[in-house]
Amino acid sequence: MPGSPQFTRRSFLAATGVAALGTALGGCGSSGTAPAAAVAPVSQADIDKAMATPTELTFWTWVPDIDQEVALFQRKYPAIKVTVVNAGRGTPAYTKLRTALQAGTGAPDVSQIEFQYIPTFTITDSLLDLRPYGAEALRDKFIDWTWGQVSGQGGEVWAIPQDTGPLGLLYRQDIFDRHGLKPPATWDEFADAARKLHAADPQVFLTNLAGNQAAAWHGLMWQTGAKPYTVSGASDISIKVNDEASKKLAKFWGGLAQEGVIGTEADFTDGWYAALNNGKYATWITAAWGPVFLAGAAKSTAGLWRAAPLPQWNAAKPASGNWGGSTTAVVKTTRNPIAAAIFAQFLNSDPESAKLFATKQFFFPATKALVADPGFVGDTPAFFGGQQVNKVFADVGSTVDPTFGWPPFLDQVVTDWTETVGKSLTAKTDAVAALDQWQSRITTFAQGQGFTVR
Amino acid sequence: MSTLSSTKDRRGSAGLLFATPFLVLFVVLFLAPLAYAAYLSLFQTKLVGGTKFVGLDNYARAVADPLLLQGVLRVATFFVVQVPVMLLLALLFALALDSGLMRLARVVRLGIFVPYAVPSVVATLMWGYLYGPDYGPFAQLSRAVDLPVPRFLSEGWMLGSLANVVTWEFVGYNMIILYAALRTIPGDLYEAAAMDGAGAWRIAWSIKLPALRPALLLTLMFSVIGSFQLFNEPKLLQAIAPDVIDSAYTANLYAYSLTFIGQQPNYAAAVSFLLGLVIVIVSYVVLLTANRRRTP
Repeated sequence: MPGSPQFTRRSFLAATGVAALGTALGGCGSSGTAPAAAVAPVSQADIDKAMATPTELTFWTWVPDIDQEVALFQRKYPAIKVTVVNAGRGTPAYTKLRTALQAGTGAPDVSQIEFQYIPTFTITDSLLDLRPYGAEALRDKFIDWTWGQVSGQGGEVWAIPQDTGPLGLLYRQDIFDRHGLKPPATWDEFADAARKLHAADPQVFLTNLAGNQAAAWHGLMWQTGAKPYTVSGASDISIKVNDEASKKLAKFWGGLAQEGVIGTEADFTDGWYAALNNGKYATWITAAWGPVFLAGAAKSTAGLWRAAPLPQWNAAKPASGNWGGSTTAVVKTTRNPIAAAIFAQFLNSDPESAKLFATKQFFFPATKALVADPGFVGDTPAFFGGQQVNKVFADVGSTVDPTFGWPPFLDQVVTDWTETVGKSLTAKTDAVAALDQWQSRITTFAQGQGFTVR
Repeated sequence: MSTLSSTKDRRGSAGLLFATPFLVLFVVLFLAPLAYAAYLSLFQTKLVGGTKFVGLDNYARAVADPLLLQGVLRVATFFVVQVPVMLLLALLFALALDSGLMRLARVVRLGIFVPYAVPSVVATLMWGYLYGPDYGPFAQLSRAVDLPVPRFLSEGWMLGSLANVVTWEFVGYNMIILYAALRTIPGDLYEAAAMDGAGAWRIAWSIKLPALRPALLLTLMFSVIGSFQLFNEPKLLQAIAPDVIDSAYTANLYAYSLTFIGQQPNYAAAVSFLLGLVIVIVSYVVLLTANRRRTP
């Protein structure tokens, strides 16, 4: 970490007056601090010059067929040549990126990064603040919570949102009809339905809460209003994965698991895929990317599924969380920051390019324009019996809390969750007690990494 | 004299020349990484505070680390149970093949050896499917005849299920080593034994087994190393049994998790060195025991 960041940041905050905004939006972000120099905007003349200079950019991404969107960029900026490299999806890609950053050579200019991993890279000061390149002008184009996710605690813009995964509920209309159920509006109704369904047919469970899927758990924590991780300053972190909201969540799901009325098997495994196809589970609590995924993974159940918002803790105040989705970030070591930053912005904010992600890759969009686009929300896929599925998730998107934040050591947090809370669900033991174990494990880890845990 | 010594010199330099490709690779791919890991193990890198020299602190921490101890004890249990079963099976197959009494000996030999040619990743994925509690063939068969479904992937069974995969993979390999050793026993020994009235069992016990001792010791050494470095199989089964196989299930898996999940490559280097030390000690104990038994 660079020295004396405290003064630098404070003076910069005072100078730009974004302190309040930064705290409100990114109270969750990372401890990376922006040097004052990075805030001075790059002039339009410099940008024009850079975009007309022959430049090569390397872009690591796992998005299939992203060449189409990249081609749009190259049509507008023929001088910039973008080389797309598939460095793997998720964790393997990050491992490679970290290795390259540590080696000091071989890192890309631009990289695909999921929302929840941004703090993991800002803590090592590996991402470029995009504000000097005009990123803040894009704020209003993007759904509020997505911008909150890419904002740092000092107001930095660490990445540009690309796709999202607000949580909803996919359910089997046929199973619901057979047992006289309707989509539960509250979690209490959900629990009743789970008991009723399993009693009526012991082969069927209302849902499966996978004991290996910390991401879904975080989405549910998000909905419940938990604020588990707050980084402040360069080395202070507050960890509260067992606060009241999380305890309510653990009590609820741990209870259902102990009663044996929900499944807890690992997801994205052969058994799980088979279960989705053969009607073992009547619902799937999933993200906005779930509908398209399910249509490919459970072909034999076409026409039987419908979508609904998540059940609520407080029906008068609907809320949701997010699971998945990703961003485009510029790696700080790039030698062409201007071209890289403009590329990241263009890719996700250019209307044509953003729309292509929704129509070709079937991404759930991050821009306000697209979730209001009748062509997008009016889509009526036959897999869901002609229901306007996108509309359901588009409405959910506005209820996602923009202040939820991620820890700067997510991999460890995820593993510890699987070995404590996830395990308690599968083993039908006390999930609330497991929450305390999780808390203590993360706390120990954070202290070992030099954080002051408050 | 001078002629002799120069011939020797020439022979020496020729030998060195032949050994050079090996030595270069040995230094670049083995010694250098080893030295680098040793160097890394003396430092500590934190997300906050950066890197600093800590001497042997990482080793002190590792020695007292319950997760490492648990991993080492687990692979030790694995070694004690799995290796004798595997080597006994390999020995039986080798003796049966060598006896010349078996029909289709070539086909059988190939059949036992083929699993070794299957990459362990593929083998584990295959067994992971066979073990499946919902749709695995064993589960379906049990359900069809109304028996309780075997929980191959449960906490109590997991080590046994892993042992089964490893045994399946390596019986053929060990069998080939033993079989090759058996083929080197001169035929006249058997003739002499037959003249003295020894039957097939007596020959196996009094001639073949003693002659196999060096080969058995070799397979045992390989097994020590293989067992204590158990990684692929648990790592892959982790995906379908995340509640049973945690990130410190075996010592090697623990070192991997420390590096890639916990971002603590320095500590992982220390853990790896300690694991290496454990392997050296166990190998030495095995050798010592075997040698003591040889001298009457």
